Amino acid sequence: MNIVACVKRVPSTEAVAKPTADGKGLDAADFQYMISFYDEIAVEQAVQTKEAVGAGEVTVLTLGPANGTKEIRECLAKGGDKAVVLTDDNWQSRDARSTAKALVAQLSTMDADLVFMGRVATDRDNAAVGPMVATYLGWPCVSDVIGLEVGDGKGTAKVETEAGVETVEFSLPAVVTCQKGLNEPRYAGLKGIMAAKKKPLEEVAPEAVENQSEVVEVALPPARKEGRIVGEGAAAVPALIEALQNEAKVL
Amino acid sequence: MDAYKQLDFFELDDQYSEDELMVRDAVKGWVGERFLPGVMDHFEAGTFPMDLVPELAELGVFGPTTPEEYGGAGMNSVAYGLICQELERGDSGLRSFCSVQGSLVMWPINEYGSEEQKREYLPKLASGEMIGSFGLTEPDFGSNPGGMLTTARKEGDEYVLNGRKMWITNGSISQIAIVWAKLEGRVRGFIVPTDLPGFSAPDHNHKWSLRASITSELVLEEVRVPETAILPGVDGLRGPLSCLTQARFGIAWGALGAAHACFDETLNYQKERIVFDKPVAAYQIPQQKFANMATDITCGQMLALRLGRLKDEGRFTAPQVSMAKRNNVMMALETARTCRDMLGANGVTLEYGVGRHMLNLESVVTYEGTHDIHTLAIGAEVTGIMAYR
Ligand SMILES: Cc1cc2nc3c(=O)[nH]c(=O)nc-3n(C[C@H](O)[C@H](O)[C@H](O)COP(=O)(O)OP(=O)(O)OC[C@H]3O[C@@H](n4cnc5c(N)ncnc54)[C@H](O)[C@@H]3O)c2cc1C
Repeated sequence: MNIVACVKRVPSTEAVAKPTADGKGLDAADFQYMISFYDEIAVEQAVQTKEAVGAGEVTVLTLGPANGTKEIRECLAKGGDKAVVLTDDNWQSRDARSTAKALVAQLSTMDADLVFMGRVATDRDNAAVGPMVATYLGWPCVSDVIGLEVGDGKGTAKVETEAGVETVEFSLPAVVTCQKGLNEPRYAGLKGIMAAKKKPLEEVAPEAVENQSEVVEVALPPARKEGRIVGEGAAAVPALIEALQNEAKVL
Repeated sequence: MDAYKQLDFFELDDQYSEDELMVRDAVKGWVGERFLPGVMDHFEAGTFPMDLVPELAELGVFGPTTPEEYGGAGMNSVAYGLICQELERGDSGLRSFCSVQGSLVMWPINEYGSEEQKREYLPKLASGEMIGSFGLTEPDFGSNPGGMLTTARKEGDEYVLNGRKMWITNGSISQIAIVWAKLEGRVRGFIVPTDLPGFSAPDHNHKWSLRASITSELVLEEVRVPETAILPGVDGLRGPLSCLTQARFGIAWGALGAAHACFDETLNYQKERIVFDKPVAAYQIPQQKFANMATDITCGQMLALRLGRLKDEGRFTAPQVSMAKRNNVMMALETARTCRDMLGANGVTLEYGVGRHMLNLESVVTYEGTHDIHTLAIGAEVTGIMAYR
């Protein structure tokens, strides 16, 4: 089975957001990167699916900078067989559609049976690229998956919804976006890291696609207003109710 | 509290290869997610988290420089150093566990063992199926192990071992011990299964340092091992001392991890802790402490990195290792002490890591050659005059 896991590098959790001088982006000078949390689940699911099927290949596909291969190699250390990097220096300013278009152009050449993606990238929080890729490919899109079985030419997924858990059957090829709980991503072991050095990593220059939307300003969330102590003990209750009704307007 | 951020003042990340950084980050992630949540309880209980041993093996941190054909990962020494650093960011006891397994047990078997010994033991030690310990120190011989009283005598096709070893990390939880004993007056190494008649390993209880690490005595009374148990490749004190050089290399890196942990925790704490309407970190005295600690850690990082590169080029020396172990461990201990103070009363609770690191480092400064013994080793190298005997 030919399986592709699409991943994105995102700033690591300890990154401090600082707008650039022109106010249109974030200052990336101090950023360290990691694979987006849900994309790690996608890689793990790709590897587990290959292991369950007993044959096949897992390709890790990303759109990113040419010098950002460490995180991609980590995916290979965790069981990916090869990687394709669509190199683009402006990878961070692409909108969801132009990212999806680039991935689709590459996927169309790969003869994939199953494409795994995270349900959302933890930097932009768009949750758009996965469904767009499926739509452009004309494949089923099963999103927010928390359980998956893959059989001959079809799959059965458990999907989290507002109302509860739905069980969905779909045909292959398909795009599956992964939700927390689907699996527990493994750690890159040292042997995996050594093996990853020898796995192929191909760089492909994607075609330029115009953005349809453009970030014009980045502002940090407003600082939280300082709290106020309205009084102490039972005597404070009237003042508290007063404040909740008239200031916070929540009662 | 903010996520852990490792100080990198001189942008040394540039100096590591992609796979060295991958190894570091893999171990860092594991320590943060799997080890740190439970360490306080283990430290208080005086236990090592044995349930994590299979995960450590899966990560590959037991003997990572061991060749792949014997179950290792075949990594370079810088990667090994970074592993030690990240393990000791968790706890010196965790790093000790891996130092003993890798540098003091797997390394001598790989270096001085027969082909059969390598095939029999190394894969099991790498997979954590078997735990090893290293018995050199004795009740009356620590800094001067050459005076050891433990003996081996040949009887037929067996060696018979007698003696007592003290302060042996992992002693009572090991399946094999590398025991150093005198055979006809010469120090030799033996691979001793710990379930043999005459072998016992009572624990040292009541330690207030390295509590999340088991330390035991090894008592050998007429313990009989087959003649295939001797390490054939080395004869004399050079055997155990060369193992210690390997382990000290890892300690020089490990101490940096403990220092990083203390520094990061204290920096976060003092930036958030408000006294007289300002964060503590806004006052000049704490800033001087931070400036000193950041400088000391940075110097230690560079020392370790250079030592690692020299080692990988096959041209590091024992006095260089002495300098790095001595400097980095004392630096870490002083950093931990300073940080302990900077946390105020919170510095004396195990809810914060600094107190635990501070206590642990008191052992690290003593074992693998005390601070002063390394002082004398560097002194001997510089002056050409030995002052330690
Ligand atoms: C937690 C822990 C774990 C350990 N694990 C192991 C292990 O796994 N295997 C093992 O074999 N050992 C182990 N050790 C033992 C450790 O290596 C020894 O404690 C260490 O070598 C010091 O020996 P000693 O305790 O006999 O001190 P001593 O040698 O008696 O030293 C006492 C003091 O005298 C100083 N001193 C000694 N000689 C001189 C000199 N010539 N000139 C000036 N000053 C001198 C020392 O610096 C020290 O300050 C462990 C120790 C601890 C605390």
